[in-house]
Amino acid sequence: MLIVIAIVLGIASMVGAYFAVHSNKLTVAIIATGIVSMVASIMFLLLAAPDVAMTEASIGSALTTAIFFFTLNKIRQTNG
Amino acid sequence: MGKKTLIALLMVAMAVVLFPLYKSYQGSEKLTKLGQYYADNGVTDTGASNLVTSVVVTYRGLDTLGEVTILFLAASVISFFLSFKKEDRMVNRSVRGVTEILTTSVQVLVPIIFMFGIYIFINGHLTPGGGFQGGAVIASGTLLMFLSNPDFELNHKIIHTVESISGIAFIAIGVLGILLAGGFLDNRIMDLGTPGTLFSAGAIPLIYIFLGIKVGTELSNVLGIFVESQNERIDVSSGQNNNSIIEEEL
Repeated sequence: MLIVIAIVLGIASMVGAYFAVHSNKLTVAIIATGIVSMVASIMFLLLAAPDVAMTEASIGSALTTAIFFFTLNKIRQTNG
Repeated sequence: MGKKTLIALLMVAMAVVLFPLYKSYQGSEKLTKLGQYYADNGVTDTGASNLVTSVVVTYRGLDTLGEVTILFLAASVISFFLSFKKEDRMVNRSVRGVTEILTTSVQVLVPIIFMFGIYIFINGHLTPGGGFQGGAVIASGTLLMFLSNPDFELNHKIIHTVESISGIAFIAIGVLGILLAGGFLDNRIMDLGTPGTLFSAGAIPLIYIFLGIKVGTELSNVLGIFVESQNERIDVSSGQNNNSIIEEEL
């Protein structure tokens, strides 16, 4: 059962990573990066590391995504 | 040869290089000698029923201090580069309106998130998690507050004071370990108590409370700096010059 979930999560994170690299819109790329982190945190939870999962979920998918968006907004302001 | 063929070749080469590593990998059934020691003596040495905590805070406490230092450095560098003069501040920045769904749900959720973060670091010696995790959860609560209210600003004086006090207290507990117990960050300066109860594991709960407060305020402060930097007025013409320089470098 765990291996099936692991394969599904792995495919999901690969799809997220593909969109993060190849998407034409930067907002989509940022959200895709957040999704990769979220999937990774679920994987950590399944591998019995709930403390790492907590860190990954809050820092990887919440704070980093937000900081990327703030930076993107700043770059757009600078470019006029 | 095109760029894509090169990339494909590189990937194949990496697979060839890494395959022997995968082939020769054998999961070890037994713990290493050090791991066996931690598993056997962790609870009696430190009194913490969470073994990860006893390693992170006591056996490898110095590494945790290094992590805190790195985080502090990162926050300092961010605030150094993103700060701007008061006269450069935009008077009224146009922001997208916030929906009522977001504001109401934030009012309900933020206290619960803060409480969960505090729970994580207070119970760090009993349940998974600790200072860093609790602090990060608290910072994500602060992020929700920023998102729901564009005019919300942190009081930097209070944040800096709280952060400094908790950082100094963390070091002070470490030094007390040298004076009263076996070494730096030794948790036996207080009674170890019964493992599994809230008041146990010596100084670990105290260390984790200070760590949690420090990490939480620090990450919140980083977010606050990022949010405030959106208010900086930028001269569009000079900005375009900067951009062209960046493009040339690329």
